[in-house]
Amino acid sequence: MIKYELIIVGGGSAGIAAAISASENGCRDILLLERDRELGGILQQCIHNGFGLHRFGEELSGPAYAERFISMLKETNVQIKTSTMVLHIGKDKTVSYVNAKEGYVTLQAEAVILAMGCRERTRGAIAIPGYRPSGVWSAGTAQKYLNMEGYLVGKRVFILGSGDIGLIMARRMTLEGAKVLGVAELMPYSNGLPRNIKQCLEDFDIPLYLSHTVIQIRGKERVEGITIAKVDDTLKPVKGTETDFEVDTLLLSVGLIPENSLSEEAGVELMPKTKGPLVDESLQTNISGIFACGNVLHVHDLVDFVSLEGEKAGKSAARYIRGELMTNACIKTRAGNGIGYVIPAGICVENIEDKQELMFRVTKNARDVKVALYLNDVLIKAIPKKRVAPSEMEKIILKKEELSAGEADLTVCLIED
Amino acid sequence: MELKTELNCIVCPMSCLISVELDDTSGEMISISGNTCKRGENYALNELINPMRQLTSTVAIQNAAYSRLPVILSSEIPKGKIFDVMECIKEVTITAPVSIGDIIISDVCGLGVDVIASRSMGSESIE
Amino acid sequence: MEQFDVIIIGAGITGSFIAHSLSKKECRILVLDKNADVADGATMANSAIVHSGHDPKPGTLKAALNVRGSRMYKEICEKLGVSYQPVSAYVVATDEAEEKILNTLYKQAVERKIPAFFVSGEEARKNEPNLSETVVRALELPTTAIIYPWEVAIALMEEAVLNDVQLKLEETVKEIIKCDTEGFLISTEKGSYCSRYVVNAAGVYADEVYQMALDGFGCKDAPCCKIHPKRGEYYVLDKLKEPLVSRVIYPVPGPSGKGVLVVPTTHGNVLLGPNAEYIKDKEDVSTTAEALEYVKKNVCKTVRNIPFDKVIRTFAGLRPSSDEKDFIIEQSPYIKGFVNAACMESPGLASAPAVAEYICGTVMKEEFSFPYKKQYKRRKPMTVVRNLSDEEKNLLVKKNPDYGQIICRCEQVSKGEILDAIRRPVGARTIKGVKKRARPGMGRCQGGFCEPAVLDILAKELGISPLDVKLAGSRSVMLVEKMKEDRDDKI
Repeated sequence: MIKYELIIVGGGSAGIAAAISASENGCRDILLLERDRELGGILQQCIHNGFGLHRFGEELSGPAYAERFISMLKETNVQIKTSTMVLHIGKDKTVSYVNAKEGYVTLQAEAVILAMGCRERTRGAIAIPGYRPSGVWSAGTAQKYLNMEGYLVGKRVFILGSGDIGLIMARRMTLEGAKVLGVAELMPYSNGLPRNIKQCLEDFDIPLYLSHTVIQIRGKERVEGITIAKVDDTLKPVKGTETDFEVDTLLLSVGLIPENSLSEEAGVELMPKTKGPLVDESLQTNISGIFACGNVLHVHDLVDFVSLEGEKAGKSAARYIRGELMTNACIKTRAGNGIGYVIPAGICVENIEDKQELMFRVTKNARDVKVALYLNDVLIKAIPKKRVAPSEMEKIILKKEELSAGEADLTVCLIED
Repeated sequence: MELKTELNCIVCPMSCLISVELDDTSGEMISISGNTCKRGENYALNELINPMRQLTSTVAIQNAAYSRLPVILSSEIPKGKIFDVMECIKEVTITAPVSIGDIIISDVCGLGVDVIASRSMGSESIE
Repeated sequence: MEQFDVIIIGAGITGSFIAHSLSKKECRILVLDKNADVADGATMANSAIVHSGHDPKPGTLKAALNVRGSRMYKEICEKLGVSYQPVSAYVVATDEAEEKILNTLYKQAVERKIPAFFVSGEEARKNEPNLSETVVRALELPTTAIIYPWEVAIALMEEAVLNDVQLKLEETVKEIIKCDTEGFLISTEKGSYCSRYVVNAAGVYADEVYQMALDGFGCKDAPCCKIHPKRGEYYVLDKLKEPLVSRVIYPVPGPSGKGVLVVPTTHGNVLLGPNAEYIKDKEDVSTTAEALEYVKKNVCKTVRNIPFDKVIRTFAGLRPSSDEKDFIIEQSPYIKGFVNAACMESPGLASAPAVAEYICGTVMKEEFSFPYKKQYKRRKPMTVVRNLSDEEKNLLVKKNPDYGQIICRCEQVSKGEILDAIRRPVGARTIKGVKKRARPGMGRCQGGFCEPAVLDILAKELGISPLDVKLAGSRSVMLVEKMKEDRDDKI
């Protein structure tokens, strides 16, 4: 069996950054496997701008952001295989893939980085009642048809979910001549960036219906219409609040799910809340030598942070291969009051070089709050925040000396007033 | 007469609710409140006086692996010109290869702004 | 005008079995179906179980044909090269009253020589750890099997077509009258066909088709069956790390049917459902929040730990139910040569091979006594890459690199399999047709990733514009407009 030091599964923004960083940190033979015919992942269809503000200090389109990283990657010794589908990852870090040229191949890796990204939640997952005609798409699929293939999936459109992809598609389809009749959001607040609400909806007078959901899809063959209704505090539709829309298309932007079927086959344990792997401070999973980064780990809002996470995973994998990583994560992190999840799940202080990032999401919108960190019930840090929202990933950076070396619980809490 | 407008700032995630009073004859700012930084003030004023937008779309491309090439503007344009520029972009078909930053339409609609390729695309026969 | 010996109306599981049976004989067969594909009606949306035959009332056709059908399936599926998995089943009782019903079912099973035995609640939970704590006793029916219904119907029809059966899709029967010479003249919106005999296997439309024939033969007022479509809604669960159940789990049957089941599928998913609701519209396969809630509530009575966050799809199907409470399989007393296979509600799927046997060998024994063909062509089973060994896979890819290009990641479907699904007899013509045969889009992403690729392959193979590719029926267009100046037809 052919051996590699490092195999990276997925050539989107996380995988590319991981590959570059692993190479820079001394990995000799690195193989990057990508299922699509070119690298870049979802960025290639995200033709809108706004990528790279943190990373490059300028606003790039998705393809432009990808191109910068791909050029950097091409300067390295990383081997790349595109149009190559990974079919299985073993606990023993064997990686099986297939492509038309080589057929079915199994390789042995010393370390594996999971960078498979995420998939869109579907209509089936949220069980919208009604018929199953054509014309119901996840927003990303419609985006691919439009931006990559040059086809409009509909002319009169309604969008369920105010995630950024949905908002971006509202504008994009409007620009291409479709009529977008509205966007419904189940929650009382939008999950999209304020900028997208403004520039994708308000600029084009597209109404946003907060606390609404689609309760019916009509049309036996092609979508003919939908019905939305207001939802109550328990998110159940309220009778008598129905509004009908005559549309030929319903786009869904109802969330992203980390794509972890391969991880599960490898025995990687997942965090129920994120549906991504449980990782330690080095982004290592419970399977030693398997790392995770990017949207396969948790869904990010900004690609800049995906790249950063990829770089961290690449560096960690290089350290692992050199035998520099320990796996005794003594500190367990906990999501306390008002916090949805915390990454990493465990911290081995010895592995920290100087600083450690904690990434988390809050569970509700709030203003003038504090994010508090308790180490074994002792408050070690309280960071005031003017505003927090579930749609925005938060980060806290801890210095190595702020953490104890022994067994401990590290709890993140949201404190209001 | 003064004109008071409220708008949500989009410069950063703070999303400050900014109130601006403008003199409706001179168009000059009388007061501004709610913002927490200078960038917010600039944003609010521009948004009220002359809102500008970036625009991204695609043009048809031949002889490439894909049939659409993503494009972007060299700088922002007045919000009201978006659909005019879209009409120009829709008319264009180009042939690969293209490099990122190549000008696809120069001085689009006489706005002094170019439509440029937002990625490179090699010439490649389609499968 | 084209002349046939037998016209079969309906290309569902019943019509397919009948066409397949007759294709072995020297006769000219035509199958008509209003849908764009074989198996698009009741066959497309049901519990996919070959019931053992324990359940139907004694003395009914349902009982006789289910028992017989369940014994025929294994061999038929093996010959066709399609899935058949004898997974067994538990009928579970949660109290004394239900245990009494179990006893009745047990007696019926024994009388019908169906293997059946009791297991205690405890033992049942040992074998099915997710069985509810409230289950006190279970009746095991080891001959219960699961199949992939439309795969069976498509394979049958494919083999029938290989042996000169004609299949015409998207043709709705509009009129059935006497032919000038003898037999029947059947008209659709596209053409007219003559035949000596007609088999009505039109599913939920069987009553309308029969009435049409009665009208055409001047017996307008003769009694006709009446179909009341009974809708059932289901959840589909993703493939799980640990299987939820390995057997079919039935509650004890109630007045409206077999109740809400938990069913493992041939591809490693789980079906939860159905409810039962009479509806008027014969095309109304829409789902409702109420029915799905009902399914959720009831399914939890027999099985626990159901991961509802792993639901990947919901769907509804229509059972062709009737007041008769039994299948109607007979030659019309008013129209000689016209055979009804009507009211084929559950256990219609399990009974289907026996229904064909009964029609060809008993009901129409004399009329269908055509000589057997000397040569019979067998279908070549589809190559399913995920079921091959690594060596076999590599041999295949070497011969045909299309089998090395995976289009659907969730179900691991290669481009080669999709091309095969389109190119073989009774090939796929729509996105749904490809999905039914090769499974791209059946998985957890529901086609989000692979659908554009499938659409592209279909357009190229059929030599049509991507704008003309349909999801299923003729009006189910996918893409509505091509962007300007984009002259190239590729997507």
